[in-house]
Amino acid sequence: MYEVIVIGGGHAGCEASLACARKGHKTLLVTGNINNIADMPCNPSIGGSAKGIVVREIDALGGEMGINADKSHLQIKMLNSKKGPGVRSLRCQADKTTYPLNMLKTLQETSNLEIKEVLVREIIVENGEIKGVITEENEKIESKKVIITTGTYLNADILRGHNKQKGGPHGEKPSLYLSQSMQDNGLIMRRLKTGTPPRVLKSTIDYSECEEEKGDQELLSFSNFYDPTYDIDKQESCFLTYTNKKTHQIILDNLDKCALYSGLIVGVGPRYCPSVEDKIVKFRDKDRHQIFLEPERKNGEEIYVGGFSTTMPEELQEELIHSMDGLHNAKIVKYGYAIEYDAIDSTELNMTLETKKIKGLYTAGQINGTSGYEEAAAQGLIAGINASLALENKEPMILKRNEAYLGVLVDDLINKGITEPYRLLTSRAEFRLLLRHDNADIRLTEIGRKVGLINDEKYEIFQNKLKNIDKITEELSNTYIEGNERNNNYLENISSSKLQGKVNALELLKRPEIEIKDIEFLTEKEYDKKAIEEVSINVKYKGYIDKTEKEVEKMLLLEEKKIPEDINYDNVRNIATEARQKLSKIRPLTIGQASRISGVNPADITMLLVYLKKEYPYE
Amino acid sequence: MEDTIAAIATSVGVSAINIIKVSGSKAIEITNSIFKGKDLSKVNPFTINYGFIMENEEKIDEVLVSVFKAPKSYTGEDVIEINTHGGIACTNKILELLLTHGCRLAQPGEFLKRAFLNGKRDLLEAESISDLIEAKTSKARKMAMQGATGELSKMIKELREKLVTIISNIEVNIDYPEYDDAIVYTNELLDKNILEIKESLSKILEESEKGKIIKDGINVGIVGKPNVGKSSLLNRLLNEEKAIVTDIEGTTRDIVEGKIVINGITLNLIDTAGIRETDNLVEQIGVNKSKEIIEKADLIVAMFDSSRKLSEEDKEIIESIKDKKTITLINKTDLKQEIDLSMFKKEDIIEISIKNDEGINKLLDKIKEKFNLNEIDTSDYTYLSNSRQISIVKNCVSLSEEIYEANKNKVEVDLIQIDIQRLWEMLGELIGITYKEEFIDEMFKRFCLGK
Repeated sequence: MYEVIVIGGGHAGCEASLACARKGHKTLLVTGNINNIADMPCNPSIGGSAKGIVVREIDALGGEMGINADKSHLQIKMLNSKKGPGVRSLRCQADKTTYPLNMLKTLQETSNLEIKEVLVREIIVENGEIKGVITEENEKIESKKVIITTGTYLNADILRGHNKQKGGPHGEKPSLYLSQSMQDNGLIMRRLKTGTPPRVLKSTIDYSECEEEKGDQELLSFSNFYDPTYDIDKQESCFLTYTNKKTHQIILDNLDKCALYSGLIVGVGPRYCPSVEDKIVKFRDKDRHQIFLEPERKNGEEIYVGGFSTTMPEELQEELIHSMDGLHNAKIVKYGYAIEYDAIDSTELNMTLETKKIKGLYTAGQINGTSGYEEAAAQGLIAGINASLALENKEPMILKRNEAYLGVLVDDLINKGITEPYRLLTSRAEFRLLLRHDNADIRLTEIGRKVGLINDEKYEIFQNKLKNIDKITEELSNTYIEGNERNNNYLENISSSKLQGKVNALELLKRPEIEIKDIEFLTEKEYDKKAIEEVSINVKYKGYIDKTEKEVEKMLLLEEKKIPEDINYDNVRNIATEARQKLSKIRPLTIGQASRISGVNPADITMLLVYLKKEYPYE
Repeated sequence: MEDTIAAIATSVGVSAINIIKVSGSKAIEITNSIFKGKDLSKVNPFTINYGFIMENEEKIDEVLVSVFKAPKSYTGEDVIEINTHGGIACTNKILELLLTHGCRLAQPGEFLKRAFLNGKRDLLEAESISDLIEAKTSKARKMAMQGATGELSKMIKELREKLVTIISNIEVNIDYPEYDDAIVYTNELLDKNILEIKESLSKILEESEKGKIIKDGINVGIVGKPNVGKSSLLNRLLNEEKAIVTDIEGTTRDIVEGKIVINGITLNLIDTAGIRETDNLVEQIGVNKSKEIIEKADLIVAMFDSSRKLSEEDKEIIESIKDKKTITLINKTDLKQEIDLSMFKKEDIIEISIKNDEGINKLLDKIKEKFNLNEIDTSDYTYLSNSRQISIVKNCVSLSEEIYEANKNKVEVDLIQIDIQRLWEMLGELIGITYKEEFIDEMFKRFCLGK
């Protein structure tokens, strides 16, 4: 008898099982293939806009992805480094060989955690509560909680040209029965689609025709707690090439041959990750699109052709690839394809990622309709933490939209539902200036500590950072910069106005053009890098941060307006039918939550408020 | 299920024809039960039907009945309008019959409230309609009509469209930093866009302040020491122009002494004359009142006695109004001049003698000049008309100025975007497409104003 069974060993499954096991619960991770643990079947990268911050948040809560990515990357860079602090985000090229191996090693070294290679056929539900699973080998395994993290493997179909066949991302056996078992237990499932581009052989690419994209010349790390150790100069480069008129013509002449436009695909694909066919059909006026050539592993031969996801038949993929600079003689080692799979309707879940209908059953990752390794890992961690907290009879961990991208992610899934695979974007976070890369640990480490995933070592590192921030703030406000010749010459050189008399260093740091290195020059001191970065952002952007905080207060007020649990939406007059259905189904706990449900418009909220005022005047 | 409500929609006693409005699911059924003519439940919607209102077998009045079927009606419910020309007694009788047959008397603003709740009106339109009901002058009525057609909503919606375009482009720049698919919004590129938006907003505000003048009139505070001739001026103005209303009772306007209309614009004349006539305590209140008046007034008419030198009290008055739009009125020019006029701005001085009825028109012309009333006269711009709307637009203008400044100072575009988004939300608030608790309260408060 296990306390938790996690079905699926992808990014969600790894985080979920590690969280449960590390919290002392006897956990079983079942996977179809142990070699596919923490596999990256699509792009060889971790992080990206918003997603990089998600990895930081996972790390601050005690998850594994950040540390594992730091151990396993070929290149790392800070995106949006020239933009404001709210949108900076890390992205790395992860090594597809070492990332899964490092993760597997961590799993195997974790106590309370067992791994078993088998497919699950059914979930066992008794009186609305999960009891365990039955494998395809007819073995019954009992447990108190089950977390399903099967990614794209439920009823998966691989599509290429006019060819459709059952199979997972690497052509392995998909899970053919579990989806049915979930539906038999009343869960609503839907069909989604995603795709991946071809891979080409490195030695057949002519890089002289492409633009090189290097990693940053600064040591960077996802983990909030450990300093990076890689060699900056040994990073591998990515390369950039473009589609051209010829490429576009081939696609337009052969649209009827691709799976997407031939009607073979019924699942809904993501808008933000369009296939190259889609790009060319929808943006006809563009004469070229960027194509990124990314290495998949150190010393590896496979190069990922980013931006070229396609469902064209194999011979046309050849022709298309060869039409682009740098790829005229490229040899395709793996063809692009689309994959269709079953996902659960995410409005079936509550904020802990437990299903509303089956107690003790959680789902996380791509099965919930998201896309991306980071989103999956984040949900795995949340489901793992909440399943454990439930076992311990403790309050669940629910993150708010102003606390974390993880909060935005879950809130969106539960309230907005999804119609296409969901990817986190900075634009989904209305308080993104608060949800920064640099302060992920400040926002979440205490929570991670409280749920029991931040060990003493990490906690001490975190508390030292806090102490350093206080110390530096104090020190800078007591350090006066004199308007002497040395200092004023320096200021003049960096186009900052000269000082008359003296000013304290904290004041000076407020000037937009003054950087940390300038302060270090002027005060003739060096400061802890992470801590002074935090101090600097807080003084420089105070005005905007304060404004955002005010918006948060407004949101929290709406969050405080509770909706009685016994409300019958049929009695609320004048709300749109769609809103009535959605409200009845999702049953939001607060007006704030209600207002975020898709299909519920401000006018509906007005009516709801009017109704509540009338019917529940004292609440 | 909502009640069916009825009310007289016209001002009884003023118009030759009165209209009784009925709204609700039983509007047709109830009216039918007192109507002799075609069967109203079978007639086509949107028709006018001739017939009689009956009490038992007795004909009460000859009427025209308009039938509107939900949802295509003013309130979004079934609506009946009964046109009667039988005078007060008849109109009241018909209403009474409707009430005894199952209607409930509508509360003030209830038709409008239903229209809003049924999504037939956005908030801006609803507010315009309630302004229309309250409109005192023909110009205010015209203005309210324009608001009701949603012209302004349209303008604001267009502005929001522009903002959304900018916002989404910036978002793409942030979320897809490596892709060159969208134009990269730089401070330079943003500059022109923000300037345009800022100017549109200022234009709306400028015009809407005129709208407030049209709707609420100009508050004219008359100040001056006792016996300088304030009461005489007031009486003279009121006699001359015929007061529309005197002795307005109310919560905030208790000091309005009278209203006159020039060029179709109401002047709310405010003066302290009546307050000082009792004892010293009241005198003290009078001083506080004076300060309050000065605070509220759009224009100060400061009166001085031509036949006396400026006293300390006069100088105090001059000091207290130095930041206000002022007309300096030198009264008693029929007497020997002792006053030194060098303390005043020459162009603001008007010399009059109320006693000899000299110079009153010069005062009125000066008021017209100060507020460009002749220009308002010819303008047909759509105005914002209430203070809630104006204060939101004011906030939008100042936010757009902040954005413009920040952008000039090269603040990162993604931070500027935060304020652009806020601007977009505020404009949404203006046309009532954001939900806000205080705003809903405000809304219901306003609905109780008109009919």
